[in-house]
Amino acid sequence: MDTYRTIENTVRDSYGRILSYLAANWRDLEAVEDALADALVTALESWPKKGIPDKPEAWLLMVAKRRLMDRLRRERVSEKAYSALIAMSEEAEHMDSAAFPDDRLKMLFLCSHPEIDPSIHTPLMLQLVLGIDASRIASAFVVKPSTMGQRLTRAKAKIRSDRLTFTMPDVEELPQRLDAVLDAIYAAYGSGWDDLAGVDSRRRGLVDEAIYLGRLLAAYMPDEPETQGLLALMLHCEARQRARRDDAGRYIPLSEQDTSRWSAPLITEAENCLHKAARSGRIGRFQLMAAIQSVHAQRARTGRTEWKEIALLYEGLSQLSPTLGILVGRAAAVAEAYGPKEGLALLEAIPQANRDSYQPYWALSAHLLRLTENLEEARTAYSRAIGLCEDRSVKQFLHQRAIEIC
Amino acid sequence: MHFTLMFFESTEDFAARKDPEKQQEYLAGWSHYVHALRDSGVVVTGFGLHAPDTAATLRRNDGTIFVQDGPFTETKEQLGGLFVIDVPDLDAALEWAARAPVNAVEVRQNLPAM
Repeated sequence: MDTYRTIENTVRDSYGRILSYLAANWRDLEAVEDALADALVTALESWPKKGIPDKPEAWLLMVAKRRLMDRLRRERVSEKAYSALIAMSEEAEHMDSAAFPDDRLKMLFLCSHPEIDPSIHTPLMLQLVLGIDASRIASAFVVKPSTMGQRLTRAKAKIRSDRLTFTMPDVEELPQRLDAVLDAIYAAYGSGWDDLAGVDSRRRGLVDEAIYLGRLLAAYMPDEPETQGLLALMLHCEARQRARRDDAGRYIPLSEQDTSRWSAPLITEAENCLHKAARSGRIGRFQLMAAIQSVHAQRARTGRTEWKEIALLYEGLSQLSPTLGILVGRAAAVAEAYGPKEGLALLEAIPQANRDSYQPYWALSAHLLRLTENLEEARTAYSRAIGLCEDRSVKQFLHQRAIEIC
Repeated sequence: MHFTLMFFESTEDFAARKDPEKQQEYLAGWSHYVHALRDSGVVVTGFGLHAPDTAATLRRNDGTIFVQDGPFTETKEQLGGLFVIDVPDLDAALEWAARAPVNAVEVRQNLPAM
């Protein structure tokens, strides 16, 4: 059993490293993926019998490279690629795992290249950096697995045909390109914000993977404050994971969560990231979102939530990035700080077309309508919020609230 | 594009329809979902079906017709109802399927009308 666990751990840490390293030299991503998959199968057959090699990562790299060489011989590809691979394989003969360059940062940038459809950035990253298979990614995104497979294949074919390169963006391009990387990682986490008023948070089982990528990015680019901001945001949300449901599995909104169930180490780590980010003096949307979660986290010490502070942070955030989620979050904060009527006014200002099937809008709407005693409208809004909700326990929670006003 | 969402319900779900203690919650789950679908303007048509034990299944074998009581296949989950919705793509149809108050939904694109 232990062998399999070691293989699993090795794969998680090495998959993206080996793939990125090979792909940086050998453009055909799919050929590299096939070779690495073969190497992993070989490992699964050989390691339980012969024992795990001293340097499992170097072992996998070697086998994958041999597979690529075989393929090259079969397909008689260009001399240039061939000689690059020969050079690489000679290097690898006496290389330990720490010695080959870590090209995963370049891979993150490649996956979120502006030439690639933004909706496939995250799936591509999950597959190429973490080796997650298309069907699991499809489930997490509620997409048909064969469709997801086709989209991934198409994106990889585009990387090859457009000769998208494995290079870091230059200084001018960097802010925009980094934004795309941050967005893609955050999308893997899911919009895990605020848990207010019975909001469906759409977390779909890729949380650990998202945080892994977030840590990777923050380690590669520690001086880019938004990388720390994103990591802080995810860690703060993750710290509350055990408090989101009670022992019977019932959903508990943020304001009613038992703070003793929050994870202190994760909160501390999140706060450290935010401090590191603050040193740069450059604010950004992920830092602001993390700062909001940081204010929520203070309730564990002070016993109260500084809603005015949160409303102010949302004000800044909605200037920088007026997404639907942020506008609804802002209305929630303003309602708490200045009364439900103020919150409702902000909700009504959101363009109608966008909010029609956006569950958090209706959940908050119902909550605020109830507080302002518009019971009939509140019932309608609760019904809509429940109907749009994907999570059983959140549905249950909203149903309970709706019954209370009958 | 028209897609059909087929909702498969468990024996317990079908039982809840008639159980005075569970009926209300069961129906509420559906009524919220149906309202959300209708208010979003995607519904082409939709309806629930009576429980599978009320079904009659006809089979033709070598030209001879056999009629039997009960559903076509005896599986744990049975078709409980369906909706035809008009949405841009399969992704959007699956998103609606995820919101349904059942554990299994089959989604298929409709052929053009004859």
